[in-house]
Amino acid sequence: MTPELKGFLLLAAIKVVVGFGGLLLAVALVTWLERRQAGFHQDRLGPNRVGPKGLFQPIADGIKNFIKEELVPADADKFLFLIAPALVFTPALLLFAVIPFAAPLPVSFDFELPVVGRFVHDGVMPMMVADLPVGLLFVLAISSIGVYGIVLAGWASNSKYSFLGGLRSSAQMVSYEVALGLSVISVFILAGDVTLSGIVENQQQKLWYVFPLALGFALFVVSALAETNRLPFDLPEAESELVFGYHTEYSAMKFAMFFLGEYAALITMAALMATLFFGGWDIPFTTWDESEPSLLKTALTFGAFATKTVFFVFMYIWIRWSLPRFRYDQLMALGWKVLLPAALSYLMLLSGAIWALEQLGIEQGPLYGFILCIVNLPAIYALFWVIDSGRLVFGQRLQRRTMN
Amino acid sequence: MQVVNFWLFSGIAIISALLCITRRSPVVSAMWLVLTMFSIAALFVILGAQFIGAIQVLVYAGAIMVLFLFVIMLLNLGRGEPTDLPGRLGSLIMLGVGAVLAVELWAVTRIVPDGAIRLPAGTMESLVEQEGAVGAISDPLFRDYLVPFEITSVLLLAAVVGAVVLAKRRL
Repeated sequence: MTPELKGFLLLAAIKVVVGFGGLLLAVALVTWLERRQAGFHQDRLGPNRVGPKGLFQPIADGIKNFIKEELVPADADKFLFLIAPALVFTPALLLFAVIPFAAPLPVSFDFELPVVGRFVHDGVMPMMVADLPVGLLFVLAISSIGVYGIVLAGWASNSKYSFLGGLRSSAQMVSYEVALGLSVISVFILAGDVTLSGIVENQQQKLWYVFPLALGFALFVVSALAETNRLPFDLPEAESELVFGYHTEYSAMKFAMFFLGEYAALITMAALMATLFFGGWDIPFTTWDESEPSLLKTALTFGAFATKTVFFVFMYIWIRWSLPRFRYDQLMALGWKVLLPAALSYLMLLSGAIWALEQLGIEQGPLYGFILCIVNLPAIYALFWVIDSGRLVFGQRLQRRTMN
Repeated sequence: MQVVNFWLFSGIAIISALLCITRRSPVVSAMWLVLTMFSIAALFVILGAQFIGAIQVLVYAGAIMVLFLFVIMLLNLGRGEPTDLPGRLGSLIMLGVGAVLAVELWAVTRIVPDGAIRLPAGTMESLVEQEGAVGAISDPLFRDYLVPFEITSVLLLAAVVGAVVLAKRRL
């Protein structure tokens, strides 16, 4: 191995450890945040006993989960029952690998260690664990693997509630994956690139995609809620009808792994919203962060990225504690009859508008964004008209028809 | 490095494919098949076709196999059942078919393909470098081979319509 390769591997290992350690720490904090926020929503305090403001509550929960009894139901398929939590947990963590969380950092070192030899690195280090050439497609591919954990957990538990939860989740996640993928295509069309670093760079130089792709963003938020099994789409869990759905039979650390996986997926989706539509680590109204990389810039841009991500995590939590759960047929109708046609026709509208703008010779920039934003307005209005007139989602007319 | 990766992932693919056809429980078999798909995706990535690797995971491992599992569970085939292997004659026939397949595979590896269907070493890598992982596929697909591509999609549509018509006699 050459010294350069060794330097690269060393940096990669550090990024993996720091990145995933940081993500797990963030997961712990978000569980605390969610419980506190739920408390405030319900006019109570939430956990506030362990540590300042209850901040150490996740640690206490972790210790509790480690010393609880591990149960395996009598007729469960042991092997699948044991690997199911890992199959939820691992993909949720892997997703974070391709998200750029700060401006590149200049790193140069040249040192020698007794046994392993010389390490050399000179140049800028991209602040993401892996800059894959397929970028966002990796996110879609790995998030589609996450469904196996839930399905297998439901099946292997050998309990009817778990089984129904598993069946529901497989249907739900496959359905909403389509809408999620189609809403992401609008970003691809505008950026002309699938790597997340390329998408961020494009937004820095031109404009944040939330303005020209407002409807795409809305579709992404809704399908991301369904993909992560959060309320109002948490049908696989649905504690009022299925006890706890797919993890009814799980206890102790195996349950905790489902929990960690769910929150890691939540953070990753929030980070993806920030990256795809809100410029990633870009600091708005200044081009200072795009020039020569330095340590200060990396720190500040990380702050910008974290702020945006925390904002979307908050949005997730507020949605969870504000909205009631959908009925299952409403959920499937929303996915297939509203979101999928909406996403498809939006793509056609968008590519038509972009083609027209190219023919007119307008460069990507403020004017371009403004025109696309105007194009979005009637589309948004049409979508809300379809949803709000109560024919598909709320099913009033359907109900009337069946009653007659 | 490339050779090590190739043997690693092709080994995993073959072993999990064997486990897929020897397990009794259909759910467990389906999971081994998922692992096979994954290793094949890794082989595509080794060959420099990252896009096809990602699509392999997204479509086969992520969507089609989930539907397989869904159907297995709905039909309640999940638990292990006594073997349905045929008797001695059946085993002999299967062994014969397997031997023919093995000889064919051996013959295929002996053939040196024409220059026209062999890319010079490093072509894919430089193409991906130039156009990005997606551009390297989409450019030929939507420019040079647009008509065959669209005809294929019509074929798939016909298959979907046919399946619906067969399954639902009264529409």
